[in-house]
Amino acid sequence: MTDFTPNEMMTIAAARALSNDDVCFVGIGAPSAACNVARLTHAPDITLIYESGTVGTKPDVLPLSIGDGELCDTALFTVSVPEMFRYWLQGGRITTGFLGGAQIDRFANLNTTVVGPYDHPKVRLPGGGGAPEIASNCGRIFITMSLTKRGFVEKLPFVTSMGHGEGGNHRERLGLKTKGPTRVITDMCILEPDPETKELTVVSIHPGVGRERIIENCGWPIKFAETVIETPVPTDTELSVLRDINARTKKAHEGTGTGKEAA
Amino acid sequence: MARIMSLADAVAENVRDGDTVAMEGFTHLIPYAAGHEVIRQGRKDLFLVRMTPDILYDQLIGVGAARGMKFSWGGNPGVGSLHRFRDAVENQWPRPLDIEEHSHAAMANAYEAGAANLPFAMLRGYIGADLPKVNPNIRQVTCPFTGEVLAAVPAIRPDVTIIHAQRADRKGNVLIEGIVGVQKEAVLAAKRSIVTAEEIVEELSPASPNSVVLPTWAVTAVAHVPGGAFPSYAHGYYPRSNAFYIRWDEIARDRESFTAWIKENVLDATPVDFARHAAQTSAKVA
Repeated sequence: MTDFTPNEMMTIAAARALSNDDVCFVGIGAPSAACNVARLTHAPDITLIYESGTVGTKPDVLPLSIGDGELCDTALFTVSVPEMFRYWLQGGRITTGFLGGAQIDRFANLNTTVVGPYDHPKVRLPGGGGAPEIASNCGRIFITMSLTKRGFVEKLPFVTSMGHGEGGNHRERLGLKTKGPTRVITDMCILEPDPETKELTVVSIHPGVGRERIIENCGWPIKFAETVIETPVPTDTELSVLRDINARTKKAHEGTGTGKEAA
Repeated sequence: MARIMSLADAVAENVRDGDTVAMEGFTHLIPYAAGHEVIRQGRKDLFLVRMTPDILYDQLIGVGAARGMKFSWGGNPGVGSLHRFRDAVENQWPRPLDIEEHSHAAMANAYEAGAANLPFAMLRGYIGADLPKVNPNIRQVTCPFTGEVLAAVPAIRPDVTIIHAQRADRKGNVLIEGIVGVQKEAVLAAKRSIVTAEEIVEELSPASPNSVVLPTWAVTAVAHVPGGAFPSYAHGYYPRSNAFYIRWDEIARDRESFTAWIKENVLDATPVDFARHAAQTSAKVA
């Protein structure tokens, strides 16, 4: 077994959540890495869509923004932004949305807008972008972010995008027919909503991580499922694919552009 | 008919103090040279509209040119915060900034409604989200056929829209390709429009009958500004400078280093200075 970092374990565990048949709306950052590792390992035919309008993209290096030229160059086709959000997302064509966030609560609602009051924020974050409608219009949502007390909070100052709201059947009550968040992948464990209460519950713990550390790093009293498994360690293939794409990406982003001209 | 003129004249004639201005380009083809010209000419009290404010609006906000901004994602893509935007919202520096915040879907729909000459846009959006609680311009409309309640936002109708394009011909017809974002909608929604272009060509020669072309009679002014989208990119001409986007984080973090950067690279510069970005990177591609 090769050594791996918690961050590598997180990306690989997130990649495993995706399958070949997914049509996936990809958030930038950690979700983008996970989606491309999936494409380069077990899900070669997955359709990756970025909100810039690039559909079926196969980037060789991870984009820094959601609209790098690399995405358009390698896409099956590229549409305008209104078409992206109207026909493809709101039209119900996307099976899976993959999001990150600054803060999450126990019902997988996300905040990327403000810390503190909206009118006088302590910290002004970038905002929602595509997330509010990705969260409601995709068939299901995966979320990936590191497990920290700052990120996993008892109460969100602002709900940028809805997960399971107040829990239970809140989504249904608002007329939503999509599943919402079905899995949250962190650097220590994987959480899934309880079937009834919809509260995020630990279902799998990454190798070498103890329950105490998970409890310490979560801002609410975190629950564990009746059966908790150990996340399988990354395979050599998974690790080498992830490290290769990260190395290509680092080299490219330090240069002027996509990295292609440097290759 | 669009008039082909210098960027300085195009901005002087079409951008006025107090205007609602949309500079669009979704990561790609962001009209940096034109934005810098607006700063150089000292336009003030602008209401800025843009889905992703990006570094360009960080610069306009940081110099105090904006009274407000309508937007949907205010970060430095893949890097982090827009520090000048944050300083304006958190500390009112250099002046307070009124914000009207939406989601991407709502902004895209609102531009489309503007282009279609409709008063508002509707979408199945904002469900369970907090933005409607803080933005009075997010309301509801009931479908007269099904009774479904949908989100409604006002159409975007800029006084002037500014975009960057790959090519224009001598008559002022404009072609954009690649990630085309909301530029077509933003131009058609506006009263006036300025297009900066990498090249002015004899024949536009669209790649296909379905290429995005804005006809000269739908555009106000065209200016030839090679490299004018740097540090964003022009597909087929030069790539995005991710390195600059990363470097901006440091430049903009501090008021003094930001102000020094603006003086050197905007106030003491001209549109022609952008040409070196086009030349430098296209030589590298070739």
